[in-house]
Amino acid sequence: MSKDIIPVASRQRLLTLVALFACAGIVLFWRAIELQVVRKDFLQTQGDARYLRVLPVVATRGMISDRHGEPLAISTPVDSVWVHPKDFITVRSQWASLAKLLGLNLGELKQMLDERREREFVYIKRRISPELAQQVMALELPGVAMQREYRRYYPLGEVAAHVVGFTNVDDQGQEGLELAYDNWLRGEAGKQRVIKDRLGKVIQDVELVQEAKPGKDLSLSIDRRLQYLTYRELKRSVMHHHARSGSAIILDALNGEVLAMVSQPAYNPNNVAADYVASFRNRSVTDVFEPGSTIKPFTIAAALESGRFSSQSVIDTAPGYYKVGAYTIRDAHNNGRIDIPTIIQKSSNVGASKIALALKPEQLWKINSSVGFGDTSGSGFPGEVAGILKRPAQWREIDRATLAFGYGLSVTALQLVRAYGAIAADGMLLPVSFLNQNNLITGKRVMQAVTAQRLRKMLERVVSADGTALRAKITGYSVAGKTGTVKKLGKNGYSDDRYSSIFVGMAPATHPRLVMLVYIDEPHSGVYYGGEVAAPVFEKVMSVALRTLNVAPDAIDGSSVKVATLERHP
Amino acid sequence: MKLLLSGMIVLTAISALGVVYTTHENRQLFSKLYELNKQRDELDIEWGRLQLEQSTWATHGRIEKIAREKLGMDTVDYNKVMIVKP
Repeated sequence: MSKDIIPVASRQRLLTLVALFACAGIVLFWRAIELQVVRKDFLQTQGDARYLRVLPVVATRGMISDRHGEPLAISTPVDSVWVHPKDFITVRSQWASLAKLLGLNLGELKQMLDERREREFVYIKRRISPELAQQVMALELPGVAMQREYRRYYPLGEVAAHVVGFTNVDDQGQEGLELAYDNWLRGEAGKQRVIKDRLGKVIQDVELVQEAKPGKDLSLSIDRRLQYLTYRELKRSVMHHHARSGSAIILDALNGEVLAMVSQPAYNPNNVAADYVASFRNRSVTDVFEPGSTIKPFTIAAALESGRFSSQSVIDTAPGYYKVGAYTIRDAHNNGRIDIPTIIQKSSNVGASKIALALKPEQLWKINSSVGFGDTSGSGFPGEVAGILKRPAQWREIDRATLAFGYGLSVTALQLVRAYGAIAADGMLLPVSFLNQNNLITGKRVMQAVTAQRLRKMLERVVSADGTALRAKITGYSVAGKTGTVKKLGKNGYSDDRYSSIFVGMAPATHPRLVMLVYIDEPHSGVYYGGEVAAPVFEKVMSVALRTLNVAPDAIDGSSVKVATLERHP
Repeated sequence: MKLLLSGMIVLTAISALGVVYTTHENRQLFSKLYELNKQRDELDIEWGRLQLEQSTWATHGRIEKIAREKLGMDTVDYNKVMIVKP
């Protein structure tokens, strides 16, 4: 049998075999075309859907710092532990060790997971430190994973709580500047495509769909040193006088920036508990009060600008009271015939109201309105209120008389200190700013420069042995300021036992650098005069603040400060 | 005609290889970018943490307490100050 002879039976078998293989090949080829070409899109999406995942890339929230770059609010990462119950259940025996590590109650953990057995994702502990997170991951339990989150820290705690505010669990601003500049601070989460395995672990990063945009930093006008100083002294005073609340503000007299703003009672923004809601309020901008005698400089400003009065004008305030309609306006003492600076110095209600009644109502309204009463300061602080300043058309005679010494209108602490800023800045009303801005500030002229300078001279006399605020005197510096002791309006008219004590002042009086307001609400320690309660806080804070800012002393003559002069030898 | 066709085939093949190469390159660069981003984030985080730590140590209340109680420091009274006038 030679090699090339193939039996017929074998040849048929071979053909059949070849045909079968060809068929199989065609089927496979067709299937390949079907999968690769015809149904490609469908299969691709199905495949991607099974292992490709788009994960959010968390963006950090911007840092808030003070004017020197010291941090006031920083976000740092923390980890949240979550589990995939179906996988986690396979290691029930090891739950105890995890619960112990995280400080959880094992019984509660079991119950929680049994209830959520069908879920894919259950948080078991949020926001733990990265060190603890590493220990948890070291246990290598199946179904346990970490989710990175950010937590906000406020290194100053309650010192700057009201200005800075705080954020909620989802990193959104809730109060204060965190809320006002939320859009600026907030980052934009990015998107990232990854390949995950069946257990949800990321195996490979495929591409960045959208880059995360971190939030922008915010530099405030606040000076951390002055903020702390103000906080310390205000808190001490509020506690010492058993006061209900208090606020204090320091403005930069040159550009209207807020250097310090403090309220009492305060709260700790690092651990915000819901039952402190009342203390979240930044009283300096959200609470209004009647400014009392602190308004008198503006009454005098209107008088001086009207041309009907000069610094030498004499008013007869004897016998220490007088009647307007059915009301009686009183002074603490009978001051007799006094000139205008003495009205300020002695804080004479009779004198101020007599002047006010001699002016046209519009003149009185114009000065109060132009220095910003009855309108928000434009600071953009959340919850800021406008206060109340009635229109001259609504005024009765008694309204004009009482407006002269600060009743019948209501202002916020920020408005009042800003208005004094206009006296400090030679008649220019500056915009209030919480941001550290280096651009040139242009104010609005609200009184002539000479009027403002005369007012400062008068206000200097308040801070003397003959004035109401001797205790605001600062060694080495001239101080101009005004006290206010305001009877509070209760249910049955003005009360005789509830007062608020105010002092607003500026230093150095010759070229003001800082303007400060201290407001103590309802002191209950026996003293309540603005000069006794609020002025000492001003003195304590300002004497250190002026030295901290390297402001040269301007009143060394006649004080206890020794001066050495250098002789020049040619 | 034939030459053109074969030329095209060769070019197509080259471009196909090019696609493969750039895709590969892209993947590698992406993973590098990812690593670097991660490194940057970690450094940022570390920086933030250090800042936080520094500012916690530098809290005015703490410094004041140490200065007053431990080091016996105080603000200089103006009676003890001598101002030198130029």
